[in-house]
Parts: sequence; C-alpha cells; structure tokens
Amino acid sequence: MTTQTIPFNPVEPYLRTDRMPHIWCPGCGIGTSVNSFARALTDANLDLKNVAIVSGIGCTGRVAGYMNLDSFHTTHGRAIPFATGLKLANPKLNVVVYSGDGDLFAIGGNHLIHAARRNVDIKVVCVNNLIYAMTGGQTAPTTPGSVVTSTNPYGTYDPSFNLPYLVEASGAVYVARWTTFHVRQLARSMQEMFKKKGFAFIEVISPCPTLYQRRNKMGDGLDTMKFYKEVSKVKNGAPTSEVALSKSGEIVVGKFVDREREDYRDLMHDRLTEVLGDQYVEAEACECSI
Amino acid sequence: MHADPAGVLTGTHFLDGDHACCEGALAAGARFSSGYPITPSTEVVERFAARVPKVGGTFIQMEDELAASITLQGAVWGGAKAFTVTSGPGFSLMMEHIGLAVMTETPCVFVDVQRGGPSTGLPTLPAQGDMMQCRWGSHGDYEIIALCPNSPQECFDLTVKAFNYSEKYRVPVFVMLDEVVGHMTEKVVIPPADQIEVEPRRYTTIPPGEFLAYKAKDDLVPDMPRTGEGYNVHVTGLTHDERGYPDMKPAQQDKLVKRLVDKIRKNADKIILYEEEQIEAAEVVVVSYGITSRVAQRAIDLAREKGVKVGKFRIITAWPFPEKRIAEIAAKVKALVVPELNLGQMVREVERAAAGKAVVRLVPHAGGTVHPPEQILQAIMEVAR
Amino acid sequence: MAKGTVEIVVERCKACGFCVEFCPTKVLALSSAFNSKGYHTPYMVHPEKCSGCDLCGMYCPDFAIFGYKQPAPAKEASAPPPAVEAEEAQDAR
Repeated sequence: MTTQTIPFNPVEPYLRTDRMPHIWCPGCGIGTSVNSFARALTDANLDLKNVAIVSGIGCTGRVAGYMNLDSFHTTHGRAIPFATGLKLANPKLNVVVYSGDGDLFAIGGNHLIHAARRNVDIKVVCVNNLIYAMTGGQTAPTTPGSVVTSTNPYGTYDPSFNLPYLVEASGAVYVARWTTFHVRQLARSMQEMFKKKGFAFIEVISPCPTLYQRRNKMGDGLDTMKFYKEVSKVKNGAPTSEVALSKSGEIVVGKFVDREREDYRDLMHDRLTEVLGDQYVEAEACECSI
Repeated sequence: MHADPAGVLTGTHFLDGDHACCEGALAAGARFSSGYPITPSTEVVERFAARVPKVGGTFIQMEDELAASITLQGAVWGGAKAFTVTSGPGFSLMMEHIGLAVMTETPCVFVDVQRGGPSTGLPTLPAQGDMMQCRWGSHGDYEIIALCPNSPQECFDLTVKAFNYSEKYRVPVFVMLDEVVGHMTEKVVIPPADQIEVEPRRYTTIPPGEFLAYKAKDDLVPDMPRTGEGYNVHVTGLTHDERGYPDMKPAQQDKLVKRLVDKIRKNADKIILYEEEQIEAAEVVVVSYGITSRVAQRAIDLAREKGVKVGKFRIITAWPFPEKRIAEIAAKVKALVVPELNLGQMVREVERAAAGKAVVRLVPHAGGTVHPPEQILQAIMEVAR
Repeated sequence: MAKGTVEIVVERCKACGFCVEFCPTKVLALSSAFNSKGYHTPYMVHPEKCSGCDLCGMYCPDFAIFGYKQPAPAKEASAPPPAVEAEEAQDAR
C-alpha cells in the first residue's frame, strides 16, 4: 500500500522561494530555461551540495540569486574567471556559469575564449535574448542586423557573433543551442553537459518581450515562442559555421559539438607529474586547512 | 595557529623583495594565485609557479588583470587562501574587483610593486604613486588595509601579516612594495613554521539552515560559510541583507556600507603598525614609508650630526592611516617632513591629521629613482630653523 | 477521473500565456479572474483532458503552474474474486 506523496513542482526545491516572484518580465524566457536546468539537475542525480552556480550581471545574471545552491553573483563579464578559480581550488564542485549574451560575449568575451581554450571544466549556460536587457535594451554583440535598440535607434548595422561557431573555435568540447521553446531538449542537453568533462556551452535563445521584441514590433513572449517553434530546425551535428542567426531567418538548434579533450586540470596534473615525479604534491583542493 | 610547515622555507636566505613576498604568501598558507605578468612584480608569481606544485596548490596565469583579480576570489570561495600581484597599470584594471572583494567580504591579498606612473610610465623604476589609489581606487565608500614593507625581510613578514589581517577582517589587504624594495636583495630569515602565527579562516560552526552569511559578530565581521557543504550561500556585489540576498533600499545601504567601513575604522587600533624613534625630544619628525624610509634614515642621521633633534616615524600600515599618533606628534613638534616618491599623496593624510598644529613639509619626487638623501636633509634643515 | 491535474500558484503568474498555448491537450485558458498584480491567471477549462505531463510547468517562466499525474484510485482491499465468477469463466471456455 503506497502512501500518497504531496505533489510539488519539480523546480521548487531549487528555488529560493522566499524571493519569489522574481523580477523577470511576463513572457521572458529566462525562467523557462531555469525549469529545464532544474529538471536536468534532478535527472543527472548530482549531489546538490557540490553544485555551484556563478552568474554575471544582467537579467540572466539574476539566476544565481534565485537558485537554492551555493551561488555567486559576480561582476559584469567575469563569471567565467571566478568560476575557474572556484573549480581549480575545489575540483569536487560542479561549477555552472549561468549568464547572458552581453555579459559572456561582450565584456566577458576574452575570458570565455580563454576558458574554452584551456578547456576548464565548467558548464556555461548562455541565455541569448539578443540584447542588453537589464539596462534597457542596448545593442549586444548578438543583436541581428537592422533591428532597433536603444543605442541603435535607427537600426543596427553591427555584424553579430555566431556564438556556437566562436565557442567551438575557441576549443569547447560540448556546444549546443536550443530555444526556450525546446524545453525538453534543453533539459536533456543540460543533463549531458553535466556529464561532460571540460568546457561545455549551451546557448538558449530566449524572448525579451519588453525590449527586443517590443521595440521591433515582433509581438510578445508568446508570439516569440511560436516564432521559435515555426522557424527552428533541429540539425544535430550541423557545422557551427552555418548556424548564424538573422532577424527573421531559420534558427538552427541541436547539439553541434561533442568531443573529447583533456581538461585543464588534467593537463596541469599530467605535466607536473611528468616533470616533478615524486616532488609534485597534488592537492585535491587548495584547502586552507589553517 | 601556526603555519603549515609545507609552505615554510625555514632558514636564512639571500632574497629580493619579490621573492621574499612569495615566501611570505606560502608561509601564510596561500595555495592559489592567479596572476598576470607586469614589471616589476612578475617575479613574485614566477616563484610561486615554481614553488606551489611542490607545496600543494595551483598557480594560473590568466589572460589579463581583470581575470586575475577575480579568479583568486573564486579560489577563496573554493576554500583556498589566494593572492595576486601587479603594478600600476594592472592595479588600475583590478579596481572593480577590489570593490567586489570589499562588498562580498572575501579575504584576499593584492601585492602592488609600485613603479613610475601615470599610465605605462617607468616600468622598471620605482615610485610610490599608488598609495591613494589603493585606498580610493574603487568606486563607493569602503576601507581597506595596506602595508608598506621597506626591506625584503619585511616583504616576508608583512605578507604573512597581510594574509592574517585579510582573514580576520574579511577584507582585501594590500602589500605596497616599490620597485626598489621588490628588486633589492638582502638577508631574509624565515623562522620555523611553529614560530609563524597564521590566522585561520573564520569558518562558521553554525550548521546550514541556521547560518546567516552576512550577519556580523561583535567585531563587525561575519563568519564565513564553506562552499560545498550545503550552506547554499549567496554572494553578491549588490547591496545585500544578512542572508546575502540583494536588498537595495537606502536603509540597508546605510546599514551595510557603514558596517564595512566601521569594521576597519573601529578596529583600527588593533591594525595600525608603525615604527618610531626619538620622537620625545624631537623638533622635527620625518614621516616616511617604503624605500623612502631607508633614504630618510640617512638624512635623519646627517641632520642629527648637525645638531637638529630629528625624530623618525615610519608608516607601516598606510591604511588605516595612523592619524591619532600623527596628531599627537604634530601637537608636540615644530614640523613634520614627509618625503615620498610621488608629488604628494600620504602627505595629505599627515596634513589632515596634523590639523595645522605643525608645519608639514612635503619632499616630492616624481619617481624613477630614490631621493638623494641631501634633498630630504635640506628640507629638515629648512623647517628646523 | 483525469490522468493528471495542475496546481497554480496564482500570485506568481504573469499571464504570459505559455501554458495555455503549449498544453498538448488544450486544458488551460486564461480566466477572467486576476491576481493581486492584475494578471489574468490560467484555469483548467478542460480538466478531463489533463494527462499530468507537466509541459505547462516546464514552460512556465514564473514557476506558477505545474502538472502531475494523479495516483490511480485505490483498489478494494486484496480480497479474492468471488468463487461464482471463476466457475462462470470456466464454463464460458
């Protein structure tokens, strides 16, 4: 005879419920991505004590504050180097960087490419809403051409980054892109990412109804989700050079890169063992026992 | 608590200041450094890169000082004692993250081996031009601790002290060398580990669920949670409440920022260090720090030979500034002579503390080399008349 | 009884409409009622069609709704089937 368990929202244990409701706008996709993240954490069976989340500044940067994990809300663009220090000093932690496109690719771009180059064992979720949302809708390096933003009032003319291409070229071992419409695939990708050793990256395309969509008369969050459903094409294994986004063109989603490479700590360990032999003192964590 | 012998290179050594600084960090328990090369500081981390794999820890050269100054903070939250090293231009880049360390109360050490500025300036030559910057360089109201060694021996001793202060007060602490102190080679005695006092990290004993991450104890400093133990700590640079959650109301701003400032100001007496000599009967006191204090000693000796009653006051903690002691001295002497390798930085603090009770005479120098002792002597003679 | 049902945390809802749109069996609609912020919150207009798949919960950016499978109704305590039925079954073969 089974006892009836009280049903609860699978995302609830991961939330700082004393901080709900959150600040994200109606129709914003960040919360949706957090559902997938929570589902992935559950399905991956990780010891939550060892999961640490690091965010930068921006709307997506607020994720760290809402999640009931060891969470670090750092400076603009610098979540990745903070995460690098955290992981290298305490390798048993599963370190996730959860931040936005402007934070990770504009001000934080340099740090991203170096961490990918080194294959630092951190997991990066980039919610890409194609704009700097928190500060009122300025152009981001991901904003497609010919859209209106607050700093391009006559329409953008900056070419924009193809994030999966950039991240693959920098050396990441796992690169995927989904939209906030693809909730289940996103959760599965995130779960795969946790099992992957090395620099793993998932781009999550999300609406910013208040700024990006509204200024460009593209409807609201729901219209955007329907748009994602309509124009997304799943092309697992597609060459990342061919997955650039445009204002209203096809959105290629899927898992693009999944390869093996020694992570940074292994590289360091191998070299120091080879050269120093017995003299090498490998600390499991740089724990200050004092 | 005593130092971990694994990091203590006990013995009598012939080391330059940069190298001695590295040994001080290791003796204090530093097991992580993230650095970026910049003359004349690079030797500190070069030595650390060679030493720490044999002690047990990690060095990583980051892609810039912006990364270096925050990677070490991630390592601190990962459980390590961590530091970085830089000079003027890199120091300027680190300012935002100094503010982050202050706001999140992350214990850490920044070593600045000062060189000629501003901008690229004189990469290989000394100055003391970052003294105000280390106090005010980041935005907002805050207090930090800064120590000024004047010899390789002090580079060792004060670096250990810097780590201890940083853990006790959960604040970034600055070791302000200059290129001469960093590159001069002298005898450095490193005692056995059990003779080196080391401040342990003030981890809380309160279990997760009951612990409030930013609730201060009586000394105005909160205890620290351990990452990875279920505390689910939230660490943010936003103005925050005792849980660590963002709370951006003026009342909370007042409460938090005042505490961050007060935790240094109200504990200043326990932090301030200085060295004084022959103050009692003095007519003139020379106030100096770092390499300039060594040159000043020569000038003081020459002035005493000429019959002037000169006292010596050597600033060791530049911040918090020893304003009480300077005020006391100013009330009793005719003049304070302040030589520094800049065009007037710490002299402003001396003037402020002296409050007009004594003449304050700056002996400026734009940097690039140390003062000729005669220049300081001349100033002493002029104010003594 | 429907296979599933939903719970709605009314005060968190911002009426984005994701749950209404993406429910595979179109169980939900935005009601004329509203919460303290003025948002029209969803309700089950076709509760009998709910499978408890929780797609609504996966989509909701505000963590304001989730679906779950309802436990099957409890069976009678484990008594053996009446003897009469067994004999009839045998005769039918």
